[in-house]
Amino acid sequence: MTATAAPATTAVLSLKGVSKRFGAVQALKDIDFDVNAGEVVALVGDNGAGKSTLVKTIAGVYTPDEGTMTFDGRTTSVSTPAEAQRLGIATVFQDLALCDNLDVVGNLFLGRELYRGRALDEVRMEQESWRLLRQLSAKIPSVRIPVASLSGGQRQTVAIARSLLGDPKVVMLDEPTAALGVAQTAEVLNLVERLRDNGHGVILISHNMSDVMAVADRVHVLRLGRNNGTFHVSQTSTQEIIAAITGATTNAVSERASRRVQKEEQS
Amino acid sequence: MSTATPNAPQDTTAALPADLQDERLIAQQGVRGWAGAFLSRLKSGDLGSLPVVIGLVIIWGVFQALNDSFLSSRNLVNLTLQSAAVGTIAIGIVLVLLLGEIDLSVGSVSGLSSAILAVGMVNQGWPSVVAIVVAIVAGMVIGLAYGALFTRFGVPSFVITLAGLLAVLGLQLYVLGKEGTINIPFDSGLVKFAQQTFLPLAVSYVVALLAVALYVLTRLRVNSQRAAAGLSTTPNVMIGLRALVLAVVLLVPTYVLNRDRGVSVMFLLFVALVVVMDFAIRRTGWGRSVMAVGGNVEAARRAGINVKGIYLSVFALCSTFAAIGGLLAAGRLAAANQSSGGGDTNLNAIAAAVIGGTSLFGGRGSAYSALLGIIVIQSISSGLSLLNLDSSIRYMVTGGVLLLAVTVDSLSRRSRAAHGRA
Ligand SMILES: Nc1ncnc2c1ncn2[C@@H]1O[C@H](COP(=O)(O)OP(=O)(O)OP(=O)(O)O)[C@@H](O)[C@H]1O
Ligand SMILES: [Mg+2]
Repeated sequence: MTATAAPATTAVLSLKGVSKRFGAVQALKDIDFDVNAGEVVALVGDNGAGKSTLVKTIAGVYTPDEGTMTFDGRTTSVSTPAEAQRLGIATVFQDLALCDNLDVVGNLFLGRELYRGRALDEVRMEQESWRLLRQLSAKIPSVRIPVASLSGGQRQTVAIARSLLGDPKVVMLDEPTAALGVAQTAEVLNLVERLRDNGHGVILISHNMSDVMAVADRVHVLRLGRNNGTFHVSQTSTQEIIAAITGATTNAVSERASRRVQKEEQS
Repeated sequence: MSTATPNAPQDTTAALPADLQDERLIAQQGVRGWAGAFLSRLKSGDLGSLPVVIGLVIIWGVFQALNDSFLSSRNLVNLTLQSAAVGTIAIGIVLVLLLGEIDLSVGSVSGLSSAILAVGMVNQGWPSVVAIVVAIVAGMVIGLAYGALFTRFGVPSFVITLAGLLAVLGLQLYVLGKEGTINIPFDSGLVKFAQQTFLPLAVSYVVALLAVALYVLTRLRVNSQRAAAGLSTTPNVMIGLRALVLAVVLLVPTYVLNRDRGVSVMFLLFVALVVVMDFAIRRTGWGRSVMAVGGNVEAARRAGINVKGIYLSVFALCSTFAAIGGLLAAGRLAAANQSSGGGDTNLNAIAAAVIGGTSLFGGRGSAYSALLGIIVIQSISSGLSLLNLDSSIRYMVTGGVLLLAVTVDSLSRRSRAAHGRA
């Protein structure tokens, strides 16, 4: 325990020995993973390392072959997305999972509609939608058009706004800023910090190391479906994390970096 | 105060409703804005019920030109009586199509329901209410069985209901027994309801005007709620205009029908079922879930929707509507026989839903397609029989119209994709 680390809290979500295979592919093997309340954990790894599979396992989209999951101190098995939602786990999936034929309001409140009597309260849902989208500095012309007609980044914003509804205990964001503009990316990073400050646990998947170093408290590295180390951001360097991701101290990334340094020295 | 500061545009947008502040949004205020938005929606392939309305006008015009008794009050009253049963079945088809599935057995289920009713009432001497309830429950159970097979084993609905078509037809013949035809007494309530019950003149106009009043009141209430929430509202002129159109669409047919026997209560029941289902689809959580499953099953599942429950409820409802349609058909015919629900019942019900504008690809359509579609189909059938053309021609024409409707559906889908409204 170091002085900079957050006071020890019990993990809100904790996985032990989770494995998942797809036919011959062992996508996850013996994964241990924790998130505390009020903590941002970045989940990093190469393409195909198993990050999205882990997120989907936690979200109840896949059921793990082995391993246990503890949520809020209780051992649970989440076998449907509805259960995960009831527990308070909100997810932005990498493939977004929006209904193209529904409008923005319909997608935002899907499965959690607001009612006025027995009928849907479209007015309140539309008002709420604007509030959520403004909060993310969303550039969306109208919430009454089918999401099929939105751009990739706009769709991503809708998916992120979706995860803020209700009061989730854990928010998982699978590459939430991959398609976003500069301002919107900054808003999402602000949002991640706001979520943490409000005591939510946040799991952030990103390939962008500067974003990771900027907002994460801890970095959890997956490599070829296995744990490959956890780092406290305050005590590590980008190089160290990249080495864990690629599995070597000399790799394509560090070689490029050293080449650039050499060039600068020559000129 | 007209210095061109960068802040100036924001000052103007602050006065706009929350949903109209994006400057890329093509201004939609006023009557002209609405007309423009309507046209651009059409151009992008979001046709709604426009093709079928145009088609209906053409069909009526052609038949009236060929035989001037086509639009006579007498023939139109017959048209309403002929539409109710198959139209009710078509409501169920709309529901399964919204999920992107199909039910090919609705004809057989309606036939079984006719048979149960007749055997129960006439042979077993059940009170008619009991016979009706048993017939409807039988339909619902069949639908639940389809839903269970579909969600449990993932057999395509096309195959399940094709098997159901045969099996339920067999059940119908079994229930009817050796006699083959059972006549239902003319003085029974159901037959009277289906053949001779019409709204009194004054009541029919009151119903029509109440519908218009209800429409205006709902729109005004939505407007005031939206205004209170800081959202844009429909201009009052537009509401008035629409109410006027609705009044004409309701009052003119009422007047024409009243010159003969009047507005059939059975037809009114069908229309009421359409209105109720339209509300259920557009304004309830269940309907939103149906649309979501039809649009993207995986997204619906991840949103926590009980996808299996949705499939089960929709298959059950579809068969239930088929059973109700079978009851209306038996009442109108005053009999149940081996060909009840046979022949073209199945295909007419499916064709009605598609012709009315419900997409075969799921996630797009409206309960009103059952109403519009069945009127198109019965108009063709009635027009051709007025011209003394027999069923061979009728099948060919109906087939052609169905093909046209499916082509329009596919083309508008492509156009929607190109215009980003898929
Ligand atoms: N539904 C599936 N069926 C079969 N194999 C799968 C499935 N989903 C993932 N996999 C496999 O599991 C492994 C991990 O995939 P995953 O999507 O979790 O990677 P990732 O870390 O999210 O990668 P990326 O950074 O590219 O998003 C891959 O080898 C992939 O081929
Ligand atoms: Mg991934």
